[in-house]
Amino acid sequence: MSFPWAQEYKPQGTVSKWVDERLPLPRLVYNAVGAGYPVPRNLNYFWNFGVLAGVALVIQIVTGIILAMHYYASVDGAFNSVEHIMRDVNSGWFIRYAHMNGASFFFIVVYIHIFRGLFYGSYKAPREMIWLLGVTIFLLMMATAFMGYVLPWGQMSFWGAQVITGFFSAIPLVGEPLRQWLLGGFAPDQAALNRFFSLHYLMPFVIAGVIILHVWALHIPGSSNPTGVSVKGEQDTVPFHPYYTAKDGFGLGIFLIFFVAVTFFAPNMLGHPDNYIPANPLSTPAHIVPEWYFLPFYAILKAFTVDFGIPFTGIIIIEAKLMGVLAMFGSILLLFFLPWLDTSPVRSGHYRPLFRKFFWFGLIPCIVLLTYCGGKPPYAQWVILSQIAAAYYFAHFLIILPIVSRIERPLPLPNSITESVTGKPLETAAA
Amino acid sequence: MSTVKKTKGTGKKPVKAPKAAVAATLKADKATSDANPAENLHVDNNGQIPGVRRRDFIHIATVSFAGVGAAAVAMPLVSQMSASADVLALASIEVDVAAIQPGQSIKTSWRKQPVFIRNLTPAEIEEANKVDVGALRDPETLAERTKPGKENWLITLGVCTHLGCVPLGAAAGEVKGEYGGYFCPCHGSHYDTAARIRKGPAPTNLVVPEFAFISDTVVKIG
Repeated sequence: MSFPWAQEYKPQGTVSKWVDERLPLPRLVYNAVGAGYPVPRNLNYFWNFGVLAGVALVIQIVTGIILAMHYYASVDGAFNSVEHIMRDVNSGWFIRYAHMNGASFFFIVVYIHIFRGLFYGSYKAPREMIWLLGVTIFLLMMATAFMGYVLPWGQMSFWGAQVITGFFSAIPLVGEPLRQWLLGGFAPDQAALNRFFSLHYLMPFVIAGVIILHVWALHIPGSSNPTGVSVKGEQDTVPFHPYYTAKDGFGLGIFLIFFVAVTFFAPNMLGHPDNYIPANPLSTPAHIVPEWYFLPFYAILKAFTVDFGIPFTGIIIIEAKLMGVLAMFGSILLLFFLPWLDTSPVRSGHYRPLFRKFFWFGLIPCIVLLTYCGGKPPYAQWVILSQIAAAYYFAHFLIILPIVSRIERPLPLPNSITESVTGKPLETAAA
Repeated sequence: MSTVKKTKGTGKKPVKAPKAAVAATLKADKATSDANPAENLHVDNNGQIPGVRRRDFIHIATVSFAGVGAAAVAMPLVSQMSASADVLALASIEVDVAAIQPGQSIKTSWRKQPVFIRNLTPAEIEEANKVDVGALRDPETLAERTKPGKENWLITLGVCTHLGCVPLGAAAGEVKGEYGGYFCPCHGSHYDTAARIRKGPAPTNLVVPEFAFISDTVVKIG
């Protein structure tokens, strides 16, 4: 694991030596996030977001466990128990707003973390496993966030549960029984609410487990860096502690400023007012939208309005509903194949002129457009825009990226990380 | 198990031939890393050719037995998720529709799901019958969706067949969509005056539940 020049853990006192011989947990921490982990010396602030995502998970677990002490998972009591937390429980409003906005901020940092990976090619060999585990964490996060959003049992909670479990009914033959099995009834009700609460409590710990695997997989090749050039020697790295603990600490401070600013001054900015109306199974809100972090995927779902079949025969191969659901799940599952779709050996987007153009002028505007359309009602103009953007999204990963990797002529790479930092050839810098 | 065998194997050989010992150790090292040392032991002790042994049968039988047991235990763990007895024990409902004027509709609740009961106007019935049924996504005539002699009473679940939202159009003043029936605001499915899907992502018509008129004005759903 890691590089041969990594500093070795040396227990000082009698107690630390005693512990180290019996359970070398401090040694594990030292090697994972301490001075024993050599990290490229040229990381920029985009490399803060892994640690920030970890902090966001801790915030969610701590506030979530507290909320569970006051929350009551019942169709009659859930909404009122949330209001009870907001009005009566000491500091309850703060803890609940922190949890609510904590979910949004968790997604913000994770999206920046994914952006970092996409631009700097962090998914490429030898880091494919880190990427695969990362996409897994992302899927688990989405499931957790969805189930958490159902718990207050407001209008958006209820109808979100109805729509999202409705995805499963699109599956031919087994779909509707599967949906009823998931819900424990014909519509979201007590059974569904209770099991969502149980699973919402469980999933963060599953995520924490996968994060341990993610970090373990990271420590085998070590961190990537903005040049994408592999570490060649000791001069290319600095110990994680104190260098990156300090840098991450600073980044954390900035993150927390944004987080508390929103939590204190605009706590409902990212939410939806309809969720302050108790769930009513007989009336759908005029405009159902998921939380902002699901909007791009929601737009892809809504983009499929026509059945896929043989023209003029009336034979339908895939119904529009199933197409939309498949495309939506496919847009995420696609990411699992990314390491093998982008075959360019150059990792960093900095040295890939053609990739960079498609990235900034294709993929990023496409995702922004999908996010925007996802929040709009299903009127023709938004549907058409979603269709164009969804088509580009799939084309980017499945067609453009493999072709670009083949035809692109990358810019010359620096000989080493040190050379890229000091601007001098390696011999001079090392001497 | 494997460690015991390995020490036996390496402990035996050096006594016999010191020169071969080096080779044997190398071989043993290789064996522990990539092959099954149990097979070596078998050749040493019994002089048998490694192959199918009585022990293999015991292994397979044990694992199969445990597997069947685990599957049997998993069954209740899976089935507990299905709708429970109280959810399934659903009484049917009876609705008096006398007060619903032509062109009006009401929403009621059955199996925790909304039900639309609509008294169609003659114009709406005519519009529904004018449609070329073969061209529909889910071909059904109005007559197939209503009871004989009661074609004006359209009773459907108020659950969009796309993803389960409640379509608009049942209450006064709500948007009825491009075909004058129902409109689902979630993803834009339009239903016609027979609640058949005409436009949008929903795959089938609004579901007609099992129902019967038990008198001229009372309908029993379920």
